[in-house]
Amino acid sequence: MSAAEEVVAEGHEAVEAVPKRAMTLGTGTSLVVVVLLLIVPLFTKNFIIFQMTMLLIYGLAVLALNILTGGSGQFSLGQSAFYAIGAYISAVLMEQFNVNYALTLPISGVLCFGVGFLFGKPALRLSGVYLALATFALATAMPQLLKLNFLEQWTGGVQGLVVTKPDAPFGLKMSQDMWLYYFTLAVTLAIYIFSVNLLRSRSGRAFMAIRDNEIAASAMGVDVALYKTLAFGISAGITGVAGGLGAIAVQFVAPDSYTITLAISLFLGMVVGGVGWLPGSFVGAAFIIFVPNIAESISKGLSGAVFGVLLFLVIFLVPHGARQIAIVGQQLIGKLRKT
Amino acid sequence: MLLSQKLRIAALATAVMTFTSGAALAQKKYDTGASDTEIKIGNIMPYSGPASAYGIIGKTEEAYFKMINDRGGINGRKINFVTYDDGYSPPKAVEQVRKLVESDEVLVVFNPLGTPSNTAIQKYLNAKKIPQLFVATGATKWNDPKNFPWTIGWQPSYQSEAHIYAKYLLKEKPDAKVAILYQNDDFGKDYLKGTKDGFGAKAASMITVEESYEISEPSIDSHIVKIKAANPDVLLIYTTPKFGAQTIKKTAELGWKPLQIITNVSASVGSVMKPAGFDNAQGVLSAAYAKDATDPQWANDVSLKKWNEFVDKYLPGADKTDGGLIYGYGAAQTLAKVLEMCGDDLTRANVMKQAASLKDFIPDTLLPGVKINTGPTDFAPISQLQMQRFKGEKWELFGETISGDVAPE
Repeated sequence: MSAAEEVVAEGHEAVEAVPKRAMTLGTGTSLVVVVLLLIVPLFTKNFIIFQMTMLLIYGLAVLALNILTGGSGQFSLGQSAFYAIGAYISAVLMEQFNVNYALTLPISGVLCFGVGFLFGKPALRLSGVYLALATFALATAMPQLLKLNFLEQWTGGVQGLVVTKPDAPFGLKMSQDMWLYYFTLAVTLAIYIFSVNLLRSRSGRAFMAIRDNEIAASAMGVDVALYKTLAFGISAGITGVAGGLGAIAVQFVAPDSYTITLAISLFLGMVVGGVGWLPGSFVGAAFIIFVPNIAESISKGLSGAVFGVLLFLVIFLVPHGARQIAIVGQQLIGKLRKT
Repeated sequence: MLLSQKLRIAALATAVMTFTSGAALAQKKYDTGASDTEIKIGNIMPYSGPASAYGIIGKTEEAYFKMINDRGGINGRKINFVTYDDGYSPPKAVEQVRKLVESDEVLVVFNPLGTPSNTAIQKYLNAKKIPQLFVATGATKWNDPKNFPWTIGWQPSYQSEAHIYAKYLLKEKPDAKVAILYQNDDFGKDYLKGTKDGFGAKAASMITVEESYEISEPSIDSHIVKIKAANPDVLLIYTTPKFGAQTIKKTAELGWKPLQIITNVSASVGSVMKPAGFDNAQGVLSAAYAKDATDPQWANDVSLKKWNEFVDKYLPGADKTDGGLIYGYGAAQTLAKVLEMCGDDLTRANVMKQAASLKDFIPDTLLPGVKINTGPTDFAPISQLQMQRFKGEKWELFGETISGDVAPE
């Protein structure tokens, strides 16, 4: 049993005991977080707003992986490939076919869902580390596929494609960054609510049944093949939307943006945030965005090593990621209330 | 008594203020990032990730500005060089450059490395009217003052270099059967395009093999064997250093002796020719614009001695065979020159104006005869190269310095 599987296995007692609470934040906490996300940009520099936008976008991508791994128990190191497809579809539609940016996102999502679903079919035969390897191959191949000659007239080949940033609509007096932030926030909230409801639904319970015991699940009448591929498709779809948003925020797509490093970062974000705990995805995203910067400010030459040490500390001190901290915090508050 | 003292202080203060602000109005002009005591320069470099070997360029530049500061700075102002890691990832490059501009508030962004990273930040910097000075990439598109008046290149473009090789072949070996081995990315494809443009109408008949490899491949031996099967008599090696060494070695092992031309990037004696074996590298051609520190012919060169002293003092223990040390020094020296020319008018517009008015400037590390010239419509600072042939253990320059200006599309 791999380390990540252990995390899932150990975490599921909590999931079964109080399924709804374990998966999400309490209503009060959620409201506070949403209000903070709404207000903070009004008082910060554009650069911070941009970072927060990226946080939401990576958070979405980690969330997608969380549904796949935390929900249905399948591994993927290939999320960067779906992210790249989403980004390229949005960029190409916006730049070559003059499609409105907001419309490109559902298209990215649907197409990525299709790709993920199809990829999930053959991947069904694989499990655990073998599936991780297959998706790894997808991630490695993606930058080269994007460079293909016959696609070059649309993708710009190795040079990539510059994307125009949208202005705020309806004559709103708002900087492009701020508008994009609120737009991203709206999309993120919608997808987050969808994901929470998905995991609470019949399909979500089927995912978790497969995760916990595939044979038992199929004995109970769960269509294992369908739900496994469905989880893959949904995860890829959400990642695709995140990729599209990422392309608009960064204003540029190139094959080199979507290497295996991105896939590993997303995987890392999921583990740090807590496997199977959806709000943790955004904590994980914060980790993969800000911790490298912190590491760099400590030592430029050894930034990689410093990052490794910080990561090691996190895994050592809180092996279940942000979820563990949240649970401890909740217990503390509970105790305080009783006394 | 107390009142008169206060009045006196107030009067004195007013006098001082009027005096200083008057002087400032007379000549000193500043944009964000510059002041009486400091000029803030921003930079991004791949200190980590797949291109981290280039990180040494950033370290060299940092050391160069430290040397400048030890000597009293530029026109009395110290250089504050802020450099961040972008890991060769365009999204990270955008984040770091925005941090430089909006949080650190730098005057200019200098020598950011990599074509993808520079493409990602070009639109942003031009919209904000912040100079993107002397970008560290050889793509052709940086020389485009009409559409991107705030972006300027530095090194000769890959396409112009390839142009020079094509011209040379047309003259010396007009009936050659040419094979091209190139890296499958923007770098290799620029060379490919430059060669085809250089051959013009004869491209289709002269180029018999086009073979590409991925940078992730551990060895490219199989590609060489494949190319040899077509039996061309010229081999253009459009590769990065590691693969350049492999190619030269493999052709010799196969007992195959085509005329070989290798990219300037891979022409290093220390990191390519030596590992490939000096015997194998005899007669290989290339073009150069900077001196090779590992080349013994510059041992007594006065200006390269300055470079040697700089490396010994500010980068002790650095590997002198690394071309990044030469590159970073030259680029940093060019920026220092521009800032010097700016005088007390340190506005972004003036920095850009001065960067576009360099006349016959010769950094210590460039070949004799290669000069930096820019103008309002010429944003390609170095556009001259000289052909060279490998003989013994060093490069021998031959012919004139050739200008290979290529206009952007």
